[in-house]
Amino acid sequence: MHTKTLIELAQGLRSGEFSSVELTQIFLNRIKQHQHLNAYITVTEEAALQNAKAADVRLANGKAELLTGIPIAQKDIFCTLDVKTTCGSKMLDNFTAPYNATIVEKFNQAGAVMLGKLNMDEFAMGSSNETSYYGVVKNPWNTHTVPGGSSGGSAAAVAARLAVCATGTDTGGSIRQPAALCGITGLKPTYGRVSRYGMIAYASSLDQGGPMTHSAEDAAILLQTMAGFDEKDSTSVDCPVPDYRAGLNNSLAGLKIGLPKEFFGNGLSSNMAATLETAINEYRKLGAEIKEISMPNLKLAIPAYYVIAPAECSANLSRFDGVRYGYRCENPVDLTDLYTRSRGEGFGKEVKRRILMGTYALSAGYYDAYYIKAQKIRRLISEDFKNALAKVDVIMGPVTPTTAFGIGEKIGNPIEMYLSDIYTIAINLAGVPAMSIPAGFVAGMPVGLQIIGNYFAEDSLLNIAYQYQQVTDWHQHTPKGFE
Amino acid sequence: MSLTADDVNKIAHLARLGIDKHDIESYAKDLSGMLDLMTRMGELNTDDVEPMAHPMDQVQRLRPDVVTEQNNRKKFQAIAPQVEAGLYLVPKVIE
Amino acid sequence: MEWETVIGLEIHTQLATKSKIFSGASTAYGAEPNTQACAVDLGLPGVLPVLNEEAVHKAVIFGMAIEAEIAPYSVFARKNYFYPDLPKGYQISQMELPIVGNGHLDIEVDGIMKRIGITRAHLEEDAGKSLHEDFHGLTGIDLNRAGTPLLEIVSEPDMRSAKEAVAYMKKLHELVRYLDICDGNMQEGSFRCDANVSVRPKGQKKYGTRAEIKNINSFKFVEKAINHEIERQIELIENGGRVIQETRLYDSVKDETRSMRSKEEANDYRYFPDPDLLPVLISEDYKTVVKAQLPELPQAKKHRFKDQYALDEENAAILTYSCQMADYFERVLKESGCEAKLCVNWITGELSAALNKAGLEIMDSPVGSERLAGLLARIRDNTISGKIAKQVFEEMWQSTATADEIIAAKGLKQITDTGAIEAIIDKIIADNPGQVEQYRSGKDKVFAFFVGQVMKEMQGKANPAEVNKMLKVKLNQ
Repeated sequence: MHTKTLIELAQGLRSGEFSSVELTQIFLNRIKQHQHLNAYITVTEEAALQNAKAADVRLANGKAELLTGIPIAQKDIFCTLDVKTTCGSKMLDNFTAPYNATIVEKFNQAGAVMLGKLNMDEFAMGSSNETSYYGVVKNPWNTHTVPGGSSGGSAAAVAARLAVCATGTDTGGSIRQPAALCGITGLKPTYGRVSRYGMIAYASSLDQGGPMTHSAEDAAILLQTMAGFDEKDSTSVDCPVPDYRAGLNNSLAGLKIGLPKEFFGNGLSSNMAATLETAINEYRKLGAEIKEISMPNLKLAIPAYYVIAPAECSANLSRFDGVRYGYRCENPVDLTDLYTRSRGEGFGKEVKRRILMGTYALSAGYYDAYYIKAQKIRRLISEDFKNALAKVDVIMGPVTPTTAFGIGEKIGNPIEMYLSDIYTIAINLAGVPAMSIPAGFVAGMPVGLQIIGNYFAEDSLLNIAYQYQQVTDWHQHTPKGFE
Repeated sequence: MSLTADDVNKIAHLARLGIDKHDIESYAKDLSGMLDLMTRMGELNTDDVEPMAHPMDQVQRLRPDVVTEQNNRKKFQAIAPQVEAGLYLVPKVIE
Repeated sequence: MEWETVIGLEIHTQLATKSKIFSGASTAYGAEPNTQACAVDLGLPGVLPVLNEEAVHKAVIFGMAIEAEIAPYSVFARKNYFYPDLPKGYQISQMELPIVGNGHLDIEVDGIMKRIGITRAHLEEDAGKSLHEDFHGLTGIDLNRAGTPLLEIVSEPDMRSAKEAVAYMKKLHELVRYLDICDGNMQEGSFRCDANVSVRPKGQKKYGTRAEIKNINSFKFVEKAINHEIERQIELIENGGRVIQETRLYDSVKDETRSMRSKEEANDYRYFPDPDLLPVLISEDYKTVVKAQLPELPQAKKHRFKDQYALDEENAAILTYSCQMADYFERVLKESGCEAKLCVNWITGELSAALNKAGLEIMDSPVGSERLAGLLARIRDNTISGKIAKQVFEEMWQSTATADEIIAAKGLKQITDTGAIEAIIDKIIADNPGQVEQYRSGKDKVFAFFVGQVMKEMQGKANPAEVNKMLKVKLNQ
């Protein structure tokens, strides 16, 4: 049952083959059974069963939507009313959100059943899930390796089928990279497509929520619910949401795919390159034209990102001060002590590193050299994408330089960890949408193919991914022990 | 470019971030490494480039001046570390 | 040595919107602590700001009124610092691109006009309040005020005395109330002033080092605080010391300023554009619409009053002190049909005295313009005399009755029936033969005695002109 697609499950619920309560119970059992993966921070068993019951009533009344009764899970970055919302941090270990994020509200309206909250890197800062206060998540394909991050819990839960599908957020690759490392489908929408209200901010001008699923079709269904204008988010874009499933069957004949030569250089391991070449060949067979392109400023994406994201986060995380909610140190002697100890004890090392970096980059005398310079580079990178996407329909490339690395392998060397995000970060700087889809295996570990499109071209990305998934079955593989 | 332990202490104070004194050196090293990464930005001449703060050139939408929020103090203060008489309490503020 | 003072003011005006600048919480003053602090105002994780259109509108109105440049493109920035009344750890403000640019305001001191430059005015959110009364040695934080829209108006260092600074502040206070963008309530903190003060030897071009005096919240204190600060600086320099750039707090009880080093420590606000907000665009069309809606400004209104109603400077100034006062005057004028002089005398006389005594503003006057107009109309048509009118006004102040109702109820109508007056005059002449003799022998002064007697007899209700005329005829018979 747990290996069925979302559509199959929705049909099963409608035909009465099984109820939402039964389905939910199966997933709750699996979560318990595979607790060692550490994918969940909070499991909301009671509420899930209650909501499943309500979904069954709705299904019986014929008022169900596609997601009604489907067990899903939320990345613990989204505020969920009366449910612990930690953002992977000790700072919020005692925080019960007093409101729902907009997308949580939307899933509730659709009748989806939330199983719980998924583990993640602390405040979404990390590429391996090792910065979580709740401990590292294990990659179901090899539990000695990381699931990627920051949406590592989401990727592991979907791959291990501890939820039908999940949400993630992506600031520099946090949906695509774990999706690639865990062999699932992940979509980072155009900046402004999905509301950020209630999604705890890391870097506001880069953050974007999106679906993490088995297939492109499932992703289309989730995005349909998540996308849309929100008057509570000034950066939300008021433009119509297309029917994402309607275009999935469009032919790819004549599709122009650009391969940036900067993506296929030295950093990429040869067997990764070979796997991607095979995937791109599938597209050739589907009628696409392949062109080499160049995006000369991509190489500066990492430095620009590591100025902009920390700068924004240094301000975004100032609200965690031990006054109104969250962690407060014991017996503060004065105000400065309250601040420095609450924040010093409540935040982990990676978060502190980025707050320090951002504070430094914004401080007097350095603002122009770092922040303004990075914003200028950001424009050049965004122009690279605009120019490229004027010549080709989509850009393809790797998501990661290697498959999942070992737990503990890179955590001691933050710079090396940052450099592993080389293929994903530029996309957030430009704000364009991008997907990661399963494209094969290297030594038994999943490899992701990245598809990058133009602003608001999620429908075309989903179509391109879907067509590939009609002729390949990489997205249907299940890690051993989780079948 | 490299940061000293003293630099780290100054930034940490600006950010009100308590840092274990045994960790200062390692932060100084990591931050210096990050700064080295950033100096690469200097390779590119950007004199004529406009800084870009947002991915899209959108403009601010305005909200009608209407009161939409009701008193929700009880719920908000249920998660507060220390409150009394409806106020959040903090160590004495000296002006 | 002769010293010259240089003063610039930063004035924070709370914009009179219903909801906050970035949230839908109420801005009403005086609510229970933290009952008007919503998720956005509290800076809960995940919340986002959305800009209030009325705050923008009011800022543009102000910009238009001071003939400033309105920025076609302005940007919100985060000003980072930690303080318990600042929930997010940053204040959303404007730094590099404020909504209102260069403008000016003309002031008058001792009959001399002076133009004060306004550098800029920018939108920002107010902070909450720290309450220092004892909570077991702790401070209480009320965030109701957090997120209230502020327009910070920054002047050029164009003022040269505390007197000029007060004149500027008063002028600005009058303007924001005229424009109806701020209620001007200084006790409630709707209009707050910081002063930058420095001194330099007369003739020197370079500015001296300035001190910033924070939160001086009355016109009286502004003058005192600045004068005190000038004295302090001059004394310091003359004794060989140096003024240091710092923030000082005015203590109105001790009448002194003192250093606020605690707040000064390592100020590095790390401004950067707020990524949660997008640039604000103001179109030419929008400006045209706002311009058309601008009310008549104080200066223009005063000139018009002088011309149109032949008022002197003093009365014109009193009547245009506030928009409400000016409107009141014009309504009374129109509804009573009286000449301006009578209306002015009543408004600046009886009415103002009564308001002062009761500590009320014109908009709270128990006698509204309609009732006052009704009273003055009765003076105009000779129904009552000015003296009786004062008596009627006192009745009106205590009740909701109209002048006509009071006149009727109390029988205060002037007696214009010549037969009745004639009978009284005959009686008075008959009763006072001695005085009649004196008058007829050429003692004109005695005439006033007869007028007084008649009026007394008639309880003041006779028309004095009529009484005069008839008395003359009778006595001369």
